[in-house]
Amino acid sequence: MSAISSPEAVAPRRRRRWGRALLPVYSWLVIAYLVFPIVIMMIYAFNKTIGSMQLVSFSWNGFTDQWFKHWSDIPGLTQSFWLSIRLGITSTLISTVLGTMLAMALVRYRPPRFRGKAAFEQIIFLNIAAPEIVLGASLLGMFVSLNIGRGFLTLVLSHVMFSIAYVTVTVRARLAGFDRSLEEAAYDLGANPWTTFTRVTLPLIMPGVLAGALMAFALSIDDFVTSNFLSGASAPFPVWVYGVTRVGIPPQVFVFGTAIFAVGIGLALTSVVLARKKV
Amino acid sequence: MVPLAFMLSLSLKTCDPATGACVMKWHWGEFPSEISLYHQEFITSLYFAAASTIVDLIVSFPIAYWIAFYGGRRKNFFLLMLLVPFFVSFVIRTIVWEFVLANNGVVLGTLKHLHLLPSGFHVLGTGYAVMAGLAYNYLPFTALPLYVALERIDRRVLEAAYDLYATRRAGFLRVILPLTVPGIFAAFLLTFIPMFGDYVNQEILGGTSNTMIGTVIQNQFLVNFDFAGGASLSAILLVIALVGIYLYARLLGSRTIEQYL
Repeated sequence: MSAISSPEAVAPRRRRRWGRALLPVYSWLVIAYLVFPIVIMMIYAFNKTIGSMQLVSFSWNGFTDQWFKHWSDIPGLTQSFWLSIRLGITSTLISTVLGTMLAMALVRYRPPRFRGKAAFEQIIFLNIAAPEIVLGASLLGMFVSLNIGRGFLTLVLSHVMFSIAYVTVTVRARLAGFDRSLEEAAYDLGANPWTTFTRVTLPLIMPGVLAGALMAFALSIDDFVTSNFLSGASAPFPVWVYGVTRVGIPPQVFVFGTAIFAVGIGLALTSVVLARKKV
Repeated sequence: MVPLAFMLSLSLKTCDPATGACVMKWHWGEFPSEISLYHQEFITSLYFAAASTIVDLIVSFPIAYWIAFYGGRRKNFFLLMLLVPFFVSFVIRTIVWEFVLANNGVVLGTLKHLHLLPSGFHVLGTGYAVMAGLAYNYLPFTALPLYVALERIDRRVLEAAYDLYATRRAGFLRVILPLTVPGIFAAFLLTFIPMFGDYVNQEILGGTSNTMIGTVIQNQFLVNFDFAGGASLSAILLVIALVGIYLYARLLGSRTIEQYL
């Protein structure tokens, strides 16, 4: 049966050859294209600088690892990095809780009990698809008209806002295949709703919740457009980096970029390996 | 559920300020005047975003097809490779493209050294640099919906086509392609709409010419403090996004688009 359903077995021979030779070469080329700038970033993190300014130049001036040793030499950069980390953790915690609840409401309740469900779903999609600049601009407009000063609070609020939609979508996908009879069994055994949620529902949807939380954190760390509108005096990492592009980039920026990349790809590869082991 | 009411207000706040609040406060005359002032930037954005989206669709379709049909057990690994750019901050990615495309940088410098290009040749500061940056930064947004669409195709339908003596080409054109149309449309929306409002690529790679509408909106808000003008421009942007989503919902059903997120 499995032999029949694999496309190679069904397809004519010519198709097989095309699929086996040309497509993989092409695909690896695309992957190389995607990886190429990242390699460039890593290489330039080891580039020596010319003159006293200590800014990255386009030309290659020789190998040095001093930028990795002096990674925290630029106070503004280091501050903005820790701000981004704090911001990411705060907004991830809030948006994961709220997004999970929203996902449960969307899956469990239908129109008579939950009015405006369709509108809700449209809003979630709009939140993801709308140009980020529109979200950032409208949030800035709102905070200005409400007379709320820009700072950490407005950053957290905005990051929570755009992360919720992603958390909701991820958790809802996990809830869609959820067997409600497990919860009924818990009730039959005398569990109250809270116990049922913490001991039965939550453990089962945990992979979805964790995936949503990781996504929220990644979005928050990476976000530039919204943060640029709302940061005010305290700039998160991407906003700070963008701010110095006109003047010149200290090599430490690429060191941080390389470090974030290494941590992110390490986590992702671990999850891929773990997922394969389970299957 | 109490949190639900809270959520409702929070989620509604996301879109209202641009359309609701701002439009009510300021008169409608802002729209025609802003459009007449900045129609050139809208056209530039439309051109750059459309061209880069089409490039992305053409580039990512074969790889999405390959992963979906021939990925086998390494599917997850290949999907991760597609997502690799996302592990580097968006701003840094764009800056690195500046290095890649710089006059004496990695690519052009080498080609010039080999005398394959005239020494006066440059890419940075032109529309092509902006499009290259856009196409690179948003490629995963195109590839993933395409992959989801191709992955969903029931292989038995394809088998049936071959059993009925369909050629390889007919199987592709009349079975696979029609079944991926919703995915192609979703990929188009998820790539085109963010590109349309993007200004980071233009600011870093495009130099002073070829201003896109995102740059204008940003300047209105953060440089000129013309909130009314900026808000009406972003409202127009939002309407363009809504029209795209509405068309999708009308043509292909509203529920299907969420599958591709």
